[in-house]
Amino acid sequence: MTKNTVISATDLSLTFQTNDGPVHALKDVSLNVEKGDFVSFIGPSGCGKTTFLRVMADLEQQTAGAITVNGVSPEEARRSRAYGYVFQAAGLYPWRTIGGNVRLPLEIMGYDKSDQDARVKRVLELVDLAGFEKKFPWQLSGGMQQRASIARALAFDADILLMDEPFGALDEIVRDHLNEQLLHLWNRTDKTICFVTHSIPEAVYLSTKIVVMSPRPGRITDVIESPLPRDRPLDIRDTAEFLEVAHRVREGLRAGHGDAV
Amino acid sequence: MMRNVLPILTVVATLFALWYGAAVALNAPWARDQAARAGQELGFGAMVAETWSQEKPKLPAPHQVAAEIWKTTGAMVLAGRGFSKRSLFYHSWITFSATALGFLLGTALGVALAIGIVYNRTMDMSVMPWVIASQTIPILAIAPMIIVVLNAVGISGLLPKAMISMYLSFFPVVVGMVKGLRSPSAMQLDQMRTWNATPSQTFWRLRLPSSMPYLFTSLKVGMAASLVGAIVGELPTGAVAGLGARLLAGSYYGQTIQIWSALITAATLAAALVGLIGLVQRITLKRMGMV
Ligand SMILES: Nc1ncnc2c1ncn2[C@@H]1O[C@H](COP(=O)(O)OP(=O)(O)O)[C@@H](O)[C@H]1O
Ligand SMILES: [Mg+2]
Repeated sequence: MTKNTVISATDLSLTFQTNDGPVHALKDVSLNVEKGDFVSFIGPSGCGKTTFLRVMADLEQQTAGAITVNGVSPEEARRSRAYGYVFQAAGLYPWRTIGGNVRLPLEIMGYDKSDQDARVKRVLELVDLAGFEKKFPWQLSGGMQQRASIARALAFDADILLMDEPFGALDEIVRDHLNEQLLHLWNRTDKTICFVTHSIPEAVYLSTKIVVMSPRPGRITDVIESPLPRDRPLDIRDTAEFLEVAHRVREGLRAGHGDAV
Repeated sequence: MMRNVLPILTVVATLFALWYGAAVALNAPWARDQAARAGQELGFGAMVAETWSQEKPKLPAPHQVAAEIWKTTGAMVLAGRGFSKRSLFYHSWITFSATALGFLLGTALGVALAIGIVYNRTMDMSVMPWVIASQTIPILAIAPMIIVVLNAVGISGLLPKAMISMYLSFFPVVVGMVKGLRSPSAMQLDQMRTWNATPSQTFWRLRLPSSMPYLFTSLKVGMAASLVGAIVGELPTGAVAGLGARLLAGSYYGQTIQIWSALITAATLAAALVGLIGLVQRITLKRMGMV
């Protein structure tokens, strides 16, 4: 762990007690995420990706092991508003405009009015939604709503972005476009991003680090440092380098699956 | 338009036909009795006419009720005494004021209890059984006690009636608002947590707006219950004013036409009040993007 380590998990375990007995959602997970990393978590459903992200966000507490976020406990990090969390569903409030939705966390955090206005305008531009401030969520497509929810997570000064399959419900074309924009955004800001996905190309295209996970118990089976440059046009996905990383991820997933059976 | 109006008209016409028929059946014995006493023989036509025009029929015919309502509303307005103590406007106003006050008190109590139940574990465990128990006691048993007790401490008039309205109307509001305040999804609540929102911020910005559809539904039921409460509250006092008092006076003197006209006026008042809430509901929810 260096002074640039943003998230550090050591032998992290989380067991849910259910009526059908204990579920080992995470077992002895260790991982360091450095400042500016774009980390993707990939693996079959039930391997603990969401749970891991929720532990980072202090929405769930580990049952063993340790984790720090920005050098402090997840709870302290949450209280100091260290991260923005993007859920799978956009979850915009129907009674607020797009601008009002993006403004919501700013109101809660007590930013002053003129600062709120400036920030709403800036992040809506950042996600290509300038001019939609006064529209209501139902007037926007699913992809635009999801972009608004990303803007909402970017509006306040959190340098960590936790995203749980934010594009999972969108079609491929919209998804490609949003991936490109997200990379662009990450490049321009200095955020550290943890990103859960089901898709191998998405993980490889976006990440500097790919964490391959496997279920029962939920654990990390491989961590792949991507050799791809930070600047990535969409067509990088046709290069040999890209395919090689994708191949390694696929192998990792297969191996994880193999020893589970 | 016609496709909506026609079925409604059919139903209304059927109801009127049944009503007139029932009036004949119920009032015929008295008509025959009277005729026999006078030593006359009644033909069918004469008998029907007689059953629809008695002074104290068992069941007054619709036109008799309509005439009575007109006599105590429109006709009095034309005579410049629209708000005299004999007009139904005056009695409706008396009942309405108790209904409205009771409705406001009941809504306030209902919302306050719901907030307590949603935010306080002890209240969550303990309050609901009492709320439900309160509604299992017949209101007719409780109403006289409330009035007697409040009278004993020197409170009379509007407030005791409003208390009975409140007693009936807080219940649907508690039930609806508990459900409404709990309607935000786990994800929406988690979202608030990630922003480290305070409980009061979560309440004003998420729980309360989310509960609006539930609130309006409860308010409609609560308003109708309030009106029933106000009328019931006018019975045991021997009140001289209000739709309840008209019902009571009517039954003392066997003035069935007066009873029915008070009943119809009460129903119209209820429909108007519930309709008003429905209108506010439509406008509010539309503006909130929740319909
Ligand atoms: N609140 C919970 N209670 C009980 N079990 C849970 C809970 N949340 C998740 N789990 C279980 O933990 C495991 C990991 O879930 P999750 O982290 O959602 O997986 P993923 O996001 O990778 O699909 C699954 O078996 C899931 O059923
Ligand atoms: Mg998940």
